[in-house]
Amino acid sequence: MIFEAELKNGRFVVPECPKCQKLVWPPSDSCTRCFGNTVWRTADEPGTLVEYSAKDGKLFCMVEFENSIRVMGALECDKAPAVGQKVRVLSCGFDNSPRFTFSPE
Amino acid sequence: MNRVAIVGYSDTKFSSDDIPIESSMFAAVKGLFEQTPNISQGDIDAVLTSTNDNKKYLSPIISEMSGIAPKISHNVENLCNSGTNATVSAFSYIASGLADVALVVGAERFDSPGQVLQWDDSRGEFKHPIFWASMFTKAHKRKFGTTDEHLAYVSAKNHRNALDNPTAYSPKEYSIEEIMNSKKLTDDLRLLDCSRPCTGSSAILLASEKMAKKFTDVPVWISGIGQKTTSASFTKNDLTTIESTRLAAHDAFLMSNTSPQKIDVAEIHDAFTICEIMVLEDMGFTQKGKAGQFVLDLYNTNDKKINPRGGLIGAGHPLGATGIAQVSEITKQLQGKAGKRQVESPKVGLVQNMSAAATSSTVLVLES
Repeated sequence: MIFEAELKNGRFVVPECPKCQKLVWPPSDSCTRCFGNTVWRTADEPGTLVEYSAKDGKLFCMVEFENSIRVMGALECDKAPAVGQKVRVLSCGFDNSPRFTFSPE
Repeated sequence: MNRVAIVGYSDTKFSSDDIPIESSMFAAVKGLFEQTPNISQGDIDAVLTSTNDNKKYLSPIISEMSGIAPKISHNVENLCNSGTNATVSAFSYIASGLADVALVVGAERFDSPGQVLQWDDSRGEFKHPIFWASMFTKAHKRKFGTTDEHLAYVSAKNHRNALDNPTAYSPKEYSIEEIMNSKKLTDDLRLLDCSRPCTGSSAILLASEKMAKKFTDVPVWISGIGQKTTSASFTKNDLTTIESTRLAAHDAFLMSNTSPQKIDVAEIHDAFTICEIMVLEDMGFTQKGKAGQFVLDLYNTNDKKINPRGGLIGAGHPLGATGIAQVSEITKQLQGKAGKRQVESPKVGLVQNMSAAATSSTVLVLES
């Protein structure tokens, strides 16, 4: 899938159906409404921090993009995070699973 | 639609045993045959297995090992609510007239591949259940003021209830302080907030009205069924409401003409402490934000109404067996055969079983 290949190149892309003008998530080559092929484009940033917690001192979180796409990743920030704050993709990749690191805008 | 009753059951000890899934399932089936009067292999029209194990053709294998040549035999897999999905399938075969008697047996091993949903890329690298459970917990704390102490009471109650369950995996009493000081897994969850994967098997026997009396004088009827899948991916759903359970419960109450207030005893899918709190709220047992206090009151009054066998936290969580063990427990309760953990004279019981970050739920109402 293009999603994985683009992540390996450090680009976070999302699938959109050109016919339905609808984002598809989790990522897929097909539209969940019309079953047509999706096209891939860069996700609009910034995203919004939905929730976070931490394991072994490392923050993990859920971030929402374009009011519809929610994804989990690591969170790097100097100050205490706040739900609702704007964040950007600091880095992304793919190693068996998507890897995202977000940071405050 | 034909009425369908639960007329037999058997549960193996939930453990860390490294045994083949076939052996585990066979042990539960053998126990069911030993405990069910007048049963013979020729009575059984359908054999449904329930597991996330990678072994193939399990229902025919278990059928042959048990001397059964059923009309219908297949496996049901739906992660953690595989067991109640198999139960609903068996119900449907009997209700439609395709079968009169169905054997449902679920099992899992401690190392089940069903513990993590690899498909869900929206979880990124955070695919272990501890991460979605932490998101639920943090969001519920933030919105409703739920505390670590509220969570600890869920664990304390269910571990204590498990003391009277001879098949439980974790029958040990813990104080609130011990739970709140147990190993910190994330900022929001500790070790004793979690159910444990384990090895175990449970079996139940379902029968039509015309066959039920052959096996028991106290059949327990399935009067309500609700099922809902909102998604497979975790991140699509609200973090403070389990929508799949809310909708499934609504349908189950409607079908059975009951309500949360009429439920005398319930088995709830407490994969994590926060799950019991959210499920009680979303099924309407309490208002949103009030289940923490509700559980605290159950604990302080030693009321076993919710999760009398110890839930998943006390009894263990062998995924494919869990939903069937829940049905087995509520059947025993409604028959007045639950021993030391018997709730006083229950007439209406409920089972709530869910899977994959609460994206799919089954709710059953059972009546004596």
